[in-house]
Amino acid sequence: MNGIPMEHGLMLAAILFALGLAGLMLRRSMLFILMSLEIMLNAAGLAFIVGSTAWNQPDGQAMFLLVITLAAAEASVGLALMIQLYQRFHSLKLDNVSRMRG
Amino acid sequence: MILLWLILIPFFGSLLCWQAERWNQQAPRWIALGTMLLVLVTSLVLWVGGDFSPPGVSESPWLLEWRVPWIPRFGIEIHLAMDGLSLILVALAGLLGALAVLCSWNEIVQRVGFFHLNLLFIMSGVVGVFLALDLFLFFLFWEAMLVPMYFLIALWGHSGSPGQTRIRAATRFFIYTQASGLLMLVAILALVFVNYSNTGVMTFSYNALLDADVPDGLAFWLMLGFFIAFAVKLPVVPLHGWLPDAHAQAPTAGSVDLAGILLKTAAYGILRFAIPLFPEQSQAFAPVAMTLGLVGIFYGAILACGQQDIKRLIAYTSISHMGFVLIALYSGSELAMQGAIVIMVAHAFSSAGLFILSGQLYERVKTRDMRQMGGLWGRIPTLPGFTMFFVAASLGMPATANFIGEFMVLFGTFPSAPVVVVIASGGLVLAAIYSLLLMQRVHFGRETSQGQLAGPDAREYAMMLLLLGLTLAVGLNPQPLLDTTSSMVQPVAALFSDSAGLAVQAEEVD
Amino acid sequence: MMTAATILSFLLPLAGTVMLAFSGERLGPRGSTFIGVGSVGLAALATAWALLAYSGASQGVTLWTWVAVGDFQPTMGLTVDRLSLLMMAVITGVGFLIHLFAAWYMAGEAGITRFYAWMNLFVFSMLTLVLADNLLLLFLGWEGVGLCSYGLIGYYYQHEANNWAAFKAFIVTRIGDVFLALGMFLIFVELGTLDIGQVLEQAPRVWAEGSTTANIAALLILGGALGKSAQVPLHTWLPDAMAGPTPVSALIHAATMVTAGVYLIARLNGLFLLAPDVLLLVGVIGAVSLLLAAFAALAQTDIKRVLAYSTMSQIGYMFVALGVGAFDAAIFHLTTHAFFKALLFLSAGSVIISCHHEQEMDKLGGLWRKLPVAYAGFIVGGAALVALPLISAGFFSKDEILWQAMAADQTGLLIAGLLGAVLTGLYTVRLILGTFHGEPGSDHARHPEPGRNPFTHHLPLIVLAVLSTFLGAWLYPGLGELFPAAPGETSDTSHTLLQVLATGAVIAGLALAGWLFVMRRQWLHSIAGKGAGARCWALLNRAWGFDALFKWGLVRPWQWLVRGLRFDFINRGMNLLALIARAGNAGLVRTQNGRVRTYACVMVLGVTVILISLVLTSGGGR
Repeated sequence: MNGIPMEHGLMLAAILFALGLAGLMLRRSMLFILMSLEIMLNAAGLAFIVGSTAWNQPDGQAMFLLVITLAAAEASVGLALMIQLYQRFHSLKLDNVSRMRG
Repeated sequence: MILLWLILIPFFGSLLCWQAERWNQQAPRWIALGTMLLVLVTSLVLWVGGDFSPPGVSESPWLLEWRVPWIPRFGIEIHLAMDGLSLILVALAGLLGALAVLCSWNEIVQRVGFFHLNLLFIMSGVVGVFLALDLFLFFLFWEAMLVPMYFLIALWGHSGSPGQTRIRAATRFFIYTQASGLLMLVAILALVFVNYSNTGVMTFSYNALLDADVPDGLAFWLMLGFFIAFAVKLPVVPLHGWLPDAHAQAPTAGSVDLAGILLKTAAYGILRFAIPLFPEQSQAFAPVAMTLGLVGIFYGAILACGQQDIKRLIAYTSISHMGFVLIALYSGSELAMQGAIVIMVAHAFSSAGLFILSGQLYERVKTRDMRQMGGLWGRIPTLPGFTMFFVAASLGMPATANFIGEFMVLFGTFPSAPVVVVIASGGLVLAAIYSLLLMQRVHFGRETSQGQLAGPDAREYAMMLLLLGLTLAVGLNPQPLLDTTSSMVQPVAALFSDSAGLAVQAEEVD
Repeated sequence: MMTAATILSFLLPLAGTVMLAFSGERLGPRGSTFIGVGSVGLAALATAWALLAYSGASQGVTLWTWVAVGDFQPTMGLTVDRLSLLMMAVITGVGFLIHLFAAWYMAGEAGITRFYAWMNLFVFSMLTLVLADNLLLLFLGWEGVGLCSYGLIGYYYQHEANNWAAFKAFIVTRIGDVFLALGMFLIFVELGTLDIGQVLEQAPRVWAEGSTTANIAALLILGGALGKSAQVPLHTWLPDAMAGPTPVSALIHAATMVTAGVYLIARLNGLFLLAPDVLLLVGVIGAVSLLLAAFAALAQTDIKRVLAYSTMSQIGYMFVALGVGAFDAAIFHLTTHAFFKALLFLSAGSVIISCHHEQEMDKLGGLWRKLPVAYAGFIVGGAALVALPLISAGFFSKDEILWQAMAADQTGLLIAGLLGAVLTGLYTVRLILGTFHGEPGSDHARHPEPGRNPFTHHLPLIVLAVLSTFLGAWLYPGLGELFPAAPGETSDTSHTLLQVLATGAVIAGLALAGWLFVMRRQWLHSIAGKGAGARCWALLNRAWGFDALFKWGLVRPWQWLVRGLRFDFINRGMNLLALIARAGNAGLVRTQNGRVRTYACVMVLGVTVILISLVLTSGGGR
């Protein structure tokens, strides 16, 4: 692991984050939006790992565990909502449910 | 303790009224009437038994005082006190409260219990305002008056003129007074904190804050905060916007309370708090205040002439009359301040009389639009005569209380501000114009429709007769009233002239 | 004894008012008339009692202290001296006769109770005015009579024009009253008292003769007097005030209320003597008013309007007398004028009722045989009005005024007075000829129903007719010692010369009138009918166009102001705040469109902006 410089790891995390963000902003389907969110969460987790390795601190690993937990919870809630939405609107297009003015 | 009861009687009475509706439709009315009369009688007993001669140096200036700690951590107390002025105003509140109950006897048929709950709640708040000496407590009561008034207008009001709804009027009333109350709260808190940093004692007590040493620049802003809060309530042009709508849309009882007592809380506040707390600043501010008073006199009068809704007309005349009060309060003369108190009482009688009369007219002709009236003198017995009397009172006919008040104000202000008096006297002509216009449009002229209308019944007759008698009594012999309030007014007037003297001295030193 | 009688005399009309006002309609016309006339009759008796008990010294009685705050201590106090007793006698005496006549005049009208309630209140207010020992109480009476005048002019309230006449009368006099009020403020501040006796005592000590303050004070009080007494320029209300029932015109707008201004100036004579310029102004205004009004009276067709302008003209004479410092002469003319003008108005009332409310001269005429009592009243009253030498009351008083003007070397005022006498002869003859002679102008005039009640109709006319002859002038007690010396007392100008002059003026006026209205009638008609003559007639008919002046100078601008402000622009301005809040709300609501993706984009944008700004600022710091 020592061979990879920190900058590369962080760059990868940033690229992943930007990809996720772009997906979040551009995709219309709720499924892809949820996936983009996962990518962004994982990008953040990756950044933590890289950081903790670089400075030899365990905190980052612990944070990553937290992120995974959060991502799992988020995915389950999000998927449940998605099923509900599909049943009600027969569509996964998020723009269609904008009448909730959320 | 009796002071606390003056506040609690209407409070408990209101709750009782609310529940009494379950037993009987009429029960709330009788309970409310009894409650108000109890307040009135209590204050009258206090008046008869009280000693209102100016107190000695060491004596307390208060007739009665009652204080217990409430939130000691912030120095907040329940501190009630009564002197001549508060006594007069509490008695007035009791009287007009009773009249408000009486005049809605036939007018209000829905949610009778809740109506009287609100009515008595207002009374409770008003009495509290007149008695509270702790600034926090004062603010509490000041705000407590508003909410029931809002409901009174919003729930039982009428939507007279087109484009105006009662909800809108109520909201407007609430926003105006609430926003101005906020300014006062800020001023109170600032005053308390300045005092705290000076002395290390956190207190909201009136007596302690009187001696607070506030830096000059800040004091001016604080004075302005108090002034604006009271100016909205008085009302002073340009902050009068809520008044005509609220009056026009409110039920008769609401108008009577508004014009009769709620406006007076503002004058009371200026006399009790704004001037004594900041005498020098008030002195410096006096020219502005007097100018505002003049603007109010003329603006109110001109607008009154242009109204078609009879209640709006009366509402604008209130603005005009309160202009005199404002001039008087800032004239710094004892005679004028006493005159302002007489105007307050007189205006309570005459405007209550006119509002009750317009309510009675509404019950008969089902409109408040003066274009649809006319020639009523021949169609209704007795009521036009009473209208004539109250119109005469409103235009300041001698022998009515209004005349004594206005002329005392003008006499008292003349030495210090002759120009203001000369201009204000023009308001006397305008008062004649708008008052007689009401008479011309409603009772004179060609009859718009035929048929005799019912004359006043015993209840209506008694109300009118009572107000007429009181107006004449105060107009012909105001001395008992003046003796009662003189011990309160003298120090305030002296404060004014002292600070004027100080200012002159300071200029000389410079 | 006397004070008791005095108090009684003004409490009785008040009691009458209260009883009538609270009777509802229970009393009926007969009962109301009985109480209304009776209370004033009793008041007249009480006045007579007071006159008998009067010892010669002025007496005061303080009922109670009205207000006492610091120095401001006006009382409810009455002073009875010769002047106020005389005024009381005129008010209650003439007042009673007019009330009695009103019982005939008003029979069958709706609202008798209201009529008598106002009339009694008027008598009470007028008595308060003349009895008050301080200016504030005087002001009470002063405003009270104005209010009663308002109520009575608008008595026939269903006619829009009457109401506006009443409104106009009240507002115009109220403008004068404001000046009076300002005068009171000034007097109180400068002299520290409102008590009339003390004011007259203090004024010479505080003010030098001709000092600015004294002039201003006198000028302000004069303003009040002008309004009430219908002198130029505040006179326009009086002719319109004739809309009221004729007894009202007789009592309020001829005999008593309109002379209140004369009374006020005479009462405050010491103040005016300190301001000689203002006193002269009083005379000049009087002279101008008497001429303007006399000319206007020439071109009226309504008999009551002729009498109204003649009232204004006669009060002008009183002002001339005041202006030359002959206060006694002014009060003398006030008294005789009360008698003969009341007579003229009541006679006119008799004609009007007899001819079914017809009061246009064109439609009257030829009545002298059919209405002998009214005719006699007009002849006797007219003789007093033109001041027919030696036999009429008016001669003695008017002669006194002219003589005092002459003695004071006020030639201008004297000439105006003499010219006025000629004009008075002209319009009086025209009035009597137009009403009673010639051909009847309408059916109403052809078949009049003369008043026949000997008690309510004849008696007042006869008594007033007797008082309008030289007998009335003899009754006048003379108040010389109450007032400062009049110019006539110290002058050695010949009185006889003046009497010859005045008689000459009267004769000239009557002769001219006879020549014009009897011999050259057609010629006069043709002149007034076209061209410059018609314009002249219109100008006089409109009384020199003062009404138009006020209309365009004051009333219209006021109406524009009211109309312009009607919707409360300041309030609208406050609504601007609400509009701003609304606009903000509308703008922000747009961002809440419910699209999650938009929210995300905006969030990213925000984060980016914050990041960039952070980088930039920290970069700058380094």
